[in-house]
Amino acid sequence: MAGAAGPGIGPGAAGGDGDDSLYPIAVLIDELRNEDVQLRLNSIKKLSTIALALGVERTRTELLPFLTDTIYDEDEVLLALAEQLGNFTGLVGGPDFAHCLLPPLESLATVEETVVRDKAVESLRQISQEHTPVALEAHFVPLVKRLASGDWFTSRTSACGLFSVCYPRASNALKAEIRQCFRSLCTDDTPMVRRAAASKLGEFAKVLELDSVKSEIVPLFTNLASDEQDSVRLLAVEACVSIAQLLSQDDLEALVMPTLRQAAEDKSWRVRYMVADKFSELQKAVGPKITLSDLIPAFQNLLKDCEAEVRAAAAHKVKELCENLPIEGRETIIMNQILPYIKELVSDTNQHVKSALASVIMGLSTILGKENTIEHLLPLFLAQLKDECPEVRLNIISNLDCVNEVIGIRQLSQSLLPAIVELAEDAKWRVRLAIIEYMPLLAGQLGVEFFDEKLNSLCMAWLVDHVYAIREAATSNLMKLVQKFGTEWAQNTIVPKVLVMANDPNYLHRMTTLFCINALSEACGQEITTKQMLPIVLKMAGDQVANVRFNVAKSLQKIGPILDTEALQEEVKPVLQKLGQDEDMDVKYFAQEAISGIAARARKLDFPVKDSDEPSVPGADKNHFWRPRGPREDTGKGPAYQLHVNTRDTLARLEMAELVLFFPKQRLIPLD
Amino acid sequence: MSSAPTTPPSVDKVDGFSRKSVRKARQKRSQSSSQFRSQGKPIELTPLPLLKDVPSSEQPELFLKKLQQCCVIFDFMDTLSDLKMKEYKRSTLNELVDYITISRGCLTEQTYPEVVRMVSCNIFRTLPPSDSNEFDPEEDEPTLEASWPHLQLVYEFFIRFLESQEFQPSIAKKYIDQKFVLQLLELFDSEDPRERDYLKTVLHRIYGKFLGLRAFIRKQINNIFLRFVYETEHFNGVAELLEILGSIINGFALPLKAEHKQFLVKVLIPLHTVRSLSLFHAQLAYCIVQFLEKDPSLTEPVIRGLMKFWPKTCSQKEVMFLGELEEILDVIEPSQFIKIQEPLFKQIAKCVSSPHFQVAERALYYWNNEYIMSLIEENSNVILPIMFSSLYRISKEHWNPAIVALVYNVLKAFMEMNSAMFDELTATYKSDRQREKKKEKEREELWKKLEDLELKRGLRPDGIIPT
Repeated sequence: MAGAAGPGIGPGAAGGDGDDSLYPIAVLIDELRNEDVQLRLNSIKKLSTIALALGVERTRTELLPFLTDTIYDEDEVLLALAEQLGNFTGLVGGPDFAHCLLPPLESLATVEETVVRDKAVESLRQISQEHTPVALEAHFVPLVKRLASGDWFTSRTSACGLFSVCYPRASNALKAEIRQCFRSLCTDDTPMVRRAAASKLGEFAKVLELDSVKSEIVPLFTNLASDEQDSVRLLAVEACVSIAQLLSQDDLEALVMPTLRQAAEDKSWRVRYMVADKFSELQKAVGPKITLSDLIPAFQNLLKDCEAEVRAAAAHKVKELCENLPIEGRETIIMNQILPYIKELVSDTNQHVKSALASVIMGLSTILGKENTIEHLLPLFLAQLKDECPEVRLNIISNLDCVNEVIGIRQLSQSLLPAIVELAEDAKWRVRLAIIEYMPLLAGQLGVEFFDEKLNSLCMAWLVDHVYAIREAATSNLMKLVQKFGTEWAQNTIVPKVLVMANDPNYLHRMTTLFCINALSEACGQEITTKQMLPIVLKMAGDQVANVRFNVAKSLQKIGPILDTEALQEEVKPVLQKLGQDEDMDVKYFAQEAISGIAARARKLDFPVKDSDEPSVPGADKNHFWRPRGPREDTGKGPAYQLHVNTRDTLARLEMAELVLFFPKQRLIPLD
Repeated sequence: MSSAPTTPPSVDKVDGFSRKSVRKARQKRSQSSSQFRSQGKPIELTPLPLLKDVPSSEQPELFLKKLQQCCVIFDFMDTLSDLKMKEYKRSTLNELVDYITISRGCLTEQTYPEVVRMVSCNIFRTLPPSDSNEFDPEEDEPTLEASWPHLQLVYEFFIRFLESQEFQPSIAKKYIDQKFVLQLLELFDSEDPRERDYLKTVLHRIYGKFLGLRAFIRKQINNIFLRFVYETEHFNGVAELLEILGSIINGFALPLKAEHKQFLVKVLIPLHTVRSLSLFHAQLAYCIVQFLEKDPSLTEPVIRGLMKFWPKTCSQKEVMFLGELEEILDVIEPSQFIKIQEPLFKQIAKCVSSPHFQVAERALYYWNNEYIMSLIEENSNVILPIMFSSLYRISKEHWNPAIVALVYNVLKAFMEMNSAMFDELTATYKSDRQREKKKEKEREELWKKLEDLELKRGLRPDGIIPT
């Protein structure tokens, strides 16, 4: 094998196609047969390359038969193969030859592993579109029929997904046969096949003639919806949506509704859950009249179902259901027929139910308008804001904007505050994190005074949380607040408190100061940054803890662009140079990073140089790393020449640039 | 800080917040069936006299009445409701258990439908949703069935009924039919291990007594397993069903029917792929070995199947596979061993060089097994070349000294077994490695050329560009 792999050795087997002869199929097939699964997988993933090398004819006559014959492999390889073949039409010579791809895909569609089969079906669906009508009848439909009558359940399951793609383009005689096949799969012996058929029933119904839908699909649907296994029945609910869309109101009432009513009261909670979960789709599909007569009562039952799963699924749909009701009379229906049930759910025993409700309940206020919201919904919001489960409170708070539009948030602020404070102190850090994320929104809605009075201290307290993610979120929260309330506010309320932390005995808190400065400097602008923040940062360069020191270097790089050149030259540079000589590797590394970052940036902005003159300090945003250079290549040359440009600013920048050249090109992995 | 080492005060100090909501200790969870829609109304049963207190002529009728009374279901999630009546039903069930065990002539033909009805009413129910989404049977406590005080007695009664000397399957089969079995099988998904244990006994007795249901039961178990493997990966009763199958396989007649072989290859082997294999692996391996003891010619497909599904990333499962393989090797016939030794030892060579020492160790333990050793010795001319390079490399490179020591032992054993070949392999080790490297390089070159070709073709006006 090793010897044969070299190009030029193979005999010109292919003939016509010039360089193809260099790659005898045996070599390629050896690759597909390699003992190492990973190598086989790689080869299969490049199957199109192999096919290209072989040319269309040999792909058809040699490669595809080989693939068809040797389908016994790891599922991972088979999956890749199934995927490749879906895009192979061009490589076998276009639509006229698309049917050549059917045999290997047929075998793949009978494999045990679900993902392989599904992929094969997907590819078959794809290439079915590329078949000519004649080829479809001659090759594709027979394949579907073979699969549908296969011995083992896998082929029959796969067949279910292929009916809808071949039916529309088949002749009438064939159509009858296809329907017959589908019918038999719906009553298959194994539940796996019935499930597959049930899940494709809606899709198939859509491509059928209306008469056949009524005469054939509806009985199948009714049967599947009363299957002995709940896993089959629940799939029928999904099909119900598609079928209902196709039928007139009268037909719907007579043919589908009895089954749907039965599903909404099924003895298995899984089926009822499915009805709740698909409620909006069902509502749209059956139209307003049946919604009022049938679905609303069913929904009421689901809202008080004995299983929490079902109640929660229904609670999730409350808002959509109300939104989609006909506008005329909507308010009355909601007030009389939905709201009483919602009130019950607010004090449900299960927290998932309450939380599901809390995630949508605020949306009702826009539908019901100001007065109803104040009178009926507000008490519910307030109750949920006091709920024992943090997720419920959080869901209310995260949707405050809906209410804000209708009644303003002030109505809630009295209850809001304790809820926020409690969430801010929740023992679970993810809860704290979630509430932080809503702070900017709350701040905007509650106004600066309320914020300063009640919430500011919380925001500062998060900065010293013991979980890093919270401190981090608190930092970016401050930035957003500054963007909202302005620099003056920042200078008076935030910055002093942040800077005080620079003297904290805990080094994590000292670092938080630096992180805050990183986040705030841009929003605060040059003056505050230079006058208030910079001195603190520079002072911290003498910190005992190396982590603080290298974060000083990082901060300096970050705020560098905001500072003026004077400050850079006289204050930042010496400190970075000193850090550049630090005993700690990481501090050294980040100091060097900062120096080069600042220098490159400064040169780029103010001092354009020709490429040829550019010393080897790559632009900071172009390339983060230094390119290794030959020893002393042009040190001195560039800077020496530029020294004559005698303005102080440029000199400073150039010195910075030079500095970089001096440091060893040692690269470390940043230890953040 | 030093004062209370058990609580972490430092955390609170940093946080600056007091912990208001300390995580509540998890209550022992229990659940009830999904069938209760709040009924509200208290249940009233009229107390009946004890069976032993009435003349034997009246007993059959009283027995029926009691069976009917026991069809009433109580809500056990409401711990305060109907306390008296719950106690009454419990004592009645107890009485029925005793009665059916001791009394003679109590199983008249009329009692069959009533017994089955009472059992059905009580045990058949939609199982409620699992409490935690990702229920991990190894970590989490199982949720217990709330109505167990009644349910247990019903199961107990049903088993006594099936085991009764007077029990006549020919009458019972009218009532214990396919639908009954199907519902019974669905209950195996119960989270309560106590219930699954009773179900196991019940199903085993039914399989034993109702010949007409056997094929159906096997087929439905098939379906449950296939759904478990390929669709949901969730079913609580796999271990119990496998245990029943273990005894079923034991009783298969020879030669094995095609149906049974298919079951082995298409259902039992794929069961190895499931994530939660550890929960039923012992039972599964037992079934597999049972099959091989019945029909040794199945060894090859079984071992090839295991090779196909060999775990790629889960070392824990790999150790289980190695354990099962050893069980198989313990009963393998030498003629079968020869058929699969090559793929088998290629896999073992990979396991031996696993960086996970438990995997490597488990594989190396094979050399402590006398029977396996004798098989290796007989075929050392095939196995040694397969194993050699892995062993040689590990002896130089493995991080774990215990593994290195074990490998030395194995190498020593090989040396003693076949010293000529051992010397030859040692001598050619280096050149073999070099040859492999060269091959690898040639491969890369081939692919590079192919890619160039693809690029060139892509540029040609008539070239086909694959999408």
